[in-house]
Amino acid sequence: MTPFDYARPIDAADALRRGAIAGTAYLGGGTNLVDLMRETVARPERLVDVSGLPAAIEETEDGGLLIAAAVRNTALAEHRIVRARYPLLSRAILAGASAQIRNMATVGGNLLQRTRCTYFYDTEGSRCNKRQPGSGCDAREGFNRIHAVLGGSDACVATHPSDMCVALAALDATVHVDGPAGPRTIPFADFHRLPGDRPDRDTNLELGDLVTAVALPPLPAGTRSTYRKVRDRASYAFALVSVATTLELEGDRIKQVRIAFGGVAHKPWRAMRAEAALLDRPATHQAFLDAAAAEFVDARPLRDNAFKPALASRTLAAVLEELAMGDAA
Amino acid sequence: MSIIDSAKQAAQGLVQGAMTKLVPLAPDSWIPGGVPDPLIARKHGLIGKPVSRLDGALKVRGDAAFAAEHRFADMTYAALAYATIARGRIAAIDTAAAEAAPGVVLVMTHLNAPRMATPPVFGSSPSAVGPADLSILQDDRIHWNGQPIACVLAETQEQADHAASLLRITYGAEPSTTTLAGAKANGIEPGLFMGQPLLNEIGDAEAAFAAAPHKVDRTYRTPRHNHNPIEPHAATLAWVGDELTIHDASQMVTQQAQTMADTFGLATDKVRLTSPYVGGGFGSKGLWDHQVIGAAAAKLARRPVRIALSREGVYRVVGGRTLTEQRVAIGADADGRFQALIHTGLSVMTPQNSMPEPFILGTQAAYAAPNILLKVEVARMNMLANTFMRAPGEAVGTFALESAIDELAVELGIDPVELRLRNEPDKDPTNGLPFSSRHIAQAWRDGAERFGWHARPPRSTRREGEWLVGVGCATGTYPYYRMPGAEARITLTRDGDGVKALVEVAAAEMGMGTSTTTAIVAAERLGLPLDRVEVGYGDSAIPGAIMAGGSQQTAAIGAAVIAAQTALVGDLIKLAGNDSPLAGLSPDEVGCDDGGLGSLADPTRRESYASILGRSQRDSVSATKAGSLPLETMHWSMHSHSALFCEVRVNTVTGETRVSRFLGSFDCGRILNLKTARSQFRGGIIMGLGMALMEETQFDERNGRIMNPSLAEYHIPVHLDVPEIDVIWTDIPDPHAPMGAHGIGEIGITGVAAAVANAIYDATGTRVRDLPITLDKVI
Repeated sequence: MTPFDYARPIDAADALRRGAIAGTAYLGGGTNLVDLMRETVARPERLVDVSGLPAAIEETEDGGLLIAAAVRNTALAEHRIVRARYPLLSRAILAGASAQIRNMATVGGNLLQRTRCTYFYDTEGSRCNKRQPGSGCDAREGFNRIHAVLGGSDACVATHPSDMCVALAALDATVHVDGPAGPRTIPFADFHRLPGDRPDRDTNLELGDLVTAVALPPLPAGTRSTYRKVRDRASYAFALVSVATTLELEGDRIKQVRIAFGGVAHKPWRAMRAEAALLDRPATHQAFLDAAAAEFVDARPLRDNAFKPALASRTLAAVLEELAMGDAA
Repeated sequence: MSIIDSAKQAAQGLVQGAMTKLVPLAPDSWIPGGVPDPLIARKHGLIGKPVSRLDGALKVRGDAAFAAEHRFADMTYAALAYATIARGRIAAIDTAAAEAAPGVVLVMTHLNAPRMATPPVFGSSPSAVGPADLSILQDDRIHWNGQPIACVLAETQEQADHAASLLRITYGAEPSTTTLAGAKANGIEPGLFMGQPLLNEIGDAEAAFAAAPHKVDRTYRTPRHNHNPIEPHAATLAWVGDELTIHDASQMVTQQAQTMADTFGLATDKVRLTSPYVGGGFGSKGLWDHQVIGAAAAKLARRPVRIALSREGVYRVVGGRTLTEQRVAIGADADGRFQALIHTGLSVMTPQNSMPEPFILGTQAAYAAPNILLKVEVARMNMLANTFMRAPGEAVGTFALESAIDELAVELGIDPVELRLRNEPDKDPTNGLPFSSRHIAQAWRDGAERFGWHARPPRSTRREGEWLVGVGCATGTYPYYRMPGAEARITLTRDGDGVKALVEVAAAEMGMGTSTTTAIVAAERLGLPLDRVEVGYGDSAIPGAIMAGGSQQTAAIGAAVIAAQTALVGDLIKLAGNDSPLAGLSPDEVGCDDGGLGSLADPTRRESYASILGRSQRDSVSATKAGSLPLETMHWSMHSHSALFCEVRVNTVTGETRVSRFLGSFDCGRILNLKTARSQFRGGIIMGLGMALMEETQFDERNGRIMNPSLAEYHIPVHLDVPEIDVIWTDIPDPHAPMGAHGIGEIGITGVAAAVANAIYDATGTRVRDLPITLDKVI
């Protein structure tokens, strides 16, 4: 770990003032950033600990929810309204990490998790464009079982590791940000980036920007939702693929459906093609598989992850079938 | 080697050769264990009862000081830098920034490290436990990707870690072999294990296989595995003059001390190594580069050093299990009787070590067949020296063998349990020795009944929602070993009205319960309550040498304690003299019971230890004795066995496998401590589940670098992966082993991967022959 300064701001304004200086990182629960610092992947000169800022979960006028960035993952997953109205979010959070880590991790920090690509972590022995732009990518021809099949670039095939963010993508959440340019909101789909030729940038945040809250719009009455994660062991493993979906039926036809995949791309992957293919169609198993096929038609599997498109497609079909049958909330 | 050494070795070879021929023919009574240990007949007392670890409370409270928790005054902290190429040389190390960093005491590289001998490589002498035939920090050569090439000492661990990250190292890379294909192309050699060729040929196996009416012929693959004990490797070291004290985490205490003495050119008694508490070993807690580097740095800095490897450091410095490619071919007649059993294949090691994964060991005594061919060959690769990992050989060998037997059972339409029983040998099929104790058939019967094996539905017919349910079985096996060199010292001391006993053995306790079991056995043997017995262990100052390896420590300790007890009884009878009720009795006629000695023939003739010591005006009496030569393993074929049953659920959507039930039915002689034995069996089975489903070192063949050196990315089972594990045992003593007991540290993992693979086949009809069985191979 590289030596650094540490400060606890008295309020958000203080945090923003301190965070505007280059070389500063905001610290939430530290469950990812501290690991990255120990491995010298991240070498911030200053940490501004925002975990003590207000951590409220409030209902909004439109019937949605406003979740402050400092809310702990456990608190969000266990929140009464989240469990009742957004069960996919609860399930996604509880599918991640361990109870101890969820007790520490914050909502804001979860959005800023960095990839688990092992070449990204290997500061001494491997090339990584995300860690060191322009150095090359050792994952593309190396171990890439956990890597992207959609939206990758020559520079980077990493995946975003969060479970929670996959649910937020399916929920059309909005990220509230404050920074040197003043407060603004970013639609969740635009928050994380595809790698392109700048894989070092995971998000569209600018220097000094602080995530202050995440807003959830209400889900229409009668919408069912769930989250399913597929992994190499029963717990404490990152997703090979995961699916977050919401489904609203009218009779046996699909009135509205939202689908997001985890484990397949550099960002939580909102499956717009699959959604379009399903809208106003009968909710049949074949329709679900066809929709998944449409989503993965451009998939570019690598040496170790060729199983992902089929696995994700089957998982999506199973999840939608479960929702259509009304087995899940 | 000098002429004298050569002559000595030749003479030893002659003696060994003669022993190999004569010991099997000798009368049983000449052989250790020929007369059963009297403790076998003893049915009361603590043996076999559930006794909690005597050091358990200490550990739970955090009061047991592990290797990295010792503290010396003025101690420094070490951090290592590791090479990033597989082979070549260090062109330059820029140490300026590291040396200028806060708190740095010293940066040590090959340029300024003290001159040291190459640690004698494991097996080159009875006390040699060096990791590879390589010097440490003595030159600019790089031999593997991850080799420690510099050490920083600083006032705090954080300062050392930071400074190590500032080292700038440039390399001159040289051609290396880091692919399996390349290693094979370089040439394949016969495998040698502990000096013995890994080759057994009985009859003409290939011809008999070709002629057999029913057969399977398959290739199975197992990947590299890294060691992941909960306690990363560490040592705290200090020099006082030319005396070196090491608080280490060790399963070979005396040998490590001697190898360190050899490396630093010291007399044996100048190195004191203690290791009372070890957070898991599994074969990995031996001598690696870090202890040598720590001692060298302490010498150079003239300050004590704590060197604690990070988890990544364990992956870079401490070898694991190497990969294997195994062929199993079985030819059988229509009744399923084996006509030919072939188990051959390849393992990979380094140019500088001598540890092929001996995957045929478990096959040697497993099944009767008139024609047998067992062979391990090796290819060499530039990588970290591979080493022992729980049941080296058997753990991966049983995966191949027991999968193939399941495949043959399917081919023949015979129940796989029945197929195994039909091929039970009546003597050791490869060396012809009689079995000392073999009750595998009973283990199968007991296990099958308890698991409900015979009530199972037909293959691939059980489905619960998305989940296909299947069951599988496999045999596990591990030999009884006993290495020479063990000694015990028993000291009886007057204590109030009675006595207390100190039993000292140079044994290692890695957390499995050795110290507790030794206390139980010694208490029984001496006829004392458990709380009157203290066990001294984990200290190189104790005489003798005992390794916690090969599951042989229990037997080695047992035989040494028998020898010391016999000597002690002789001394006590002499002390008792003519005024004692024992007068005139020889040691053979006397037993230890109820706090004293008594005539075996006439229980009324007895005298307490306290009385004997009191009358002879002694405070204490002590006897030290070496255990008998382990000739029993040359006279009988001695093995432990298990019958394993597994139920899995395989998801039809995702291919995920979840093990839902597991039963291990063991035949391991007499069980000494029910509680720690269960824990050993279950721990081994859990490790086997990991091997079956998830464990795999990601060794990047482009540069020989291990890419998942972390418990986040190298998967071992978490709680949710582990079902209720039922364990039962025959508890039939081996009449020829001390206490009737076999060591049980390794048997647990053997056979497990095959039981899981066979269950997955039963559930899905998919046969996976390539570990680990991840979902993409099943789907």
